[in-house]
Amino acid sequence: MSKVHRVNTESRPIRWLLTALALGFLFFFLGLPLLTVFIEAFKQGFGPYWGALQEPDALSALGLTLLIALLVLPLNILFGFAAAWLIARFDFRGKSLLTTLIDLPFAVSPVVAGLLFILIFGRQGWLGPWLQAHDIKIIFALPGMVLATMFITLPYIARELIPLMQAQGKDEEEAAVSLGASGFQMFWRVTLPNVKWGLLYGIILANARAMGEFGAVSVVSGHIRGETNTLPLHVEILYNEYNTVGAFAAASVLALLALVTLVAKSFVEWRMQKETAMLGAELPAERVPLAAGAPQPAPRGGNEKLEATRRFSERTEQ
Amino acid sequence: MTKKSHRVLPGFGLSLGYALVYLSLLVLIPLGGLIAKSAELSWAQFWDIATTARAFASYRVTFGCALLAAIVNGVFGLIVAWVLVRYEFPGKKLIDAFVDLPFALPTAVAGITLTSLYANTGWVGQYLEGVFGFKVAFTPAGIVVALIFIGIPFVVRTVQPVIEDIEQEVEEAASTLGATRAQTFARVLFPALFPALLTGFTLAFARAVGEYGSVIFIAGNMPMVSEITPLLIISKLEQYDLPGATVLAVVMLVISFVLLLSINLLQWWAANRHSGRHIDGGAQA
Repeated sequence: MSKVHRVNTESRPIRWLLTALALGFLFFFLGLPLLTVFIEAFKQGFGPYWGALQEPDALSALGLTLLIALLVLPLNILFGFAAAWLIARFDFRGKSLLTTLIDLPFAVSPVVAGLLFILIFGRQGWLGPWLQAHDIKIIFALPGMVLATMFITLPYIARELIPLMQAQGKDEEEAAVSLGASGFQMFWRVTLPNVKWGLLYGIILANARAMGEFGAVSVVSGHIRGETNTLPLHVEILYNEYNTVGAFAAASVLALLALVTLVAKSFVEWRMQKETAMLGAELPAERVPLAAGAPQPAPRGGNEKLEATRRFSERTEQ
Repeated sequence: MTKKSHRVLPGFGLSLGYALVYLSLLVLIPLGGLIAKSAELSWAQFWDIATTARAFASYRVTFGCALLAAIVNGVFGLIVAWVLVRYEFPGKKLIDAFVDLPFALPTAVAGITLTSLYANTGWVGQYLEGVFGFKVAFTPAGIVVALIFIGIPFVVRTVQPVIEDIEQEVEEAASTLGATRAQTFARVLFPALFPALLTGFTLAFARAVGEYGSVIFIAGNMPMVSEITPLLIISKLEQYDLPGATVLAVVMLVISFVLLLSINLLQWWAANRHSGRHIDGGAQA
């Protein structure tokens, strides 16, 4: 490693001080909280922990959380492809407006996101009287929670696919079409294999957010036990009832989910890095400004996977 | 259309249709609805609701705590990113992956965990309160702690690639020309990192302003003292005060947009100023 040979670096005490500061900060703000989840969950042993997870309310909350993710993700994947296909493959008026709109949910507080749907579908909302007359429940029911989750997760997959497809260019797809491939064949044989790791990466992030969302879902859920309680909302209810073991048991399931997410994310990052290394010079990081901070094509890979980075490269580009 | 004949690739209409329907149903119509709802009020009514003492206190708590947390994240995020890129130590890869935990961990989990850690019976809280007499949980300080947790990855992940990109020759040139390490950092490295740092700071700040899940558990939620604006919106909703909730939501949206815009401008200025200086330096050399 070239870093070992650096002449130009901080003196040893400063290096140690900075490392200690960084690790201490991460330990207090990340490590300790994660440990606490499991310690609190097992405080009274394995029996009560397992019992809390077997509660019908906990199981139905888990089921609802999975169901919402299952309903939201396919629609979001389709949107991601539609948006990326438009932005990376065509020139049209209003393209930058479209990009801005896709990012908008990042800037809206989850609570405000929930409120938006109450204003439309709630009892005093625009469609409220009509919905009541036809006995359709959206707010305080599954459809509202799905809508709120769709709003919150809207950017995730699109923000992953757009820079990737921009960096790859449209040559391969144009070749496929001019050789007689149908639209579906082109998508299935060329587009999808090219972006599969980036897509998976976006799905992992969107899924983590969909299953963990609290604020937006809380506003539209109505907190009906066994009916409209997702796992994060279940955690809140138990915690407010001073059922610490129950709350942390449910929380530990979500923390496990987070750990699985981190592992899966690291694996996908590693695969993308490997693939980029194999592609070699084909995708220089500087070629497309968006791609420099974008996850997949940047050869240095590893750490640049987050929307934070992506937004950064966009902003510096402006 | 002539335009269409130039397009080799299929699917423009289909993609445009789906994307527009999706965006309209989820983003455009709901946001339009919010604005239409607030337009039902007269300007005086709007102003009265937006500027009650309780609302004002909640803005102060929300934006003040978010600012403080973003500053802490700016300082420590820079150090973490620097250490992760430049130094070698065992377990570095693992710790690097671990930085993303706040993105993956549901906010409610973070909220109850931080509360139990920083309450006066918790591992950290009992020492802070016992030794220093410093209460964290159920005070605004607790809100700052939760918002620091939420914002950690933003600064680290924005600054990290920029540190990786810095060419070592620049630093070597500076030290060859007689600069101390501190001078090199202040005059060469920091200006190069500053735009990214500002971006990370902005993202952490914007996220912190809207945050709800992790805050409500640790905040104590006392009106005028530790009540954040999103919570005030929810309590208005629970009292069926839809106009009140709408006004506060509009205020939050507007302040967030204005802040983001101004920090973007500041950043644009910082980036350009730096590149200008860079050229000057080159000319002098």
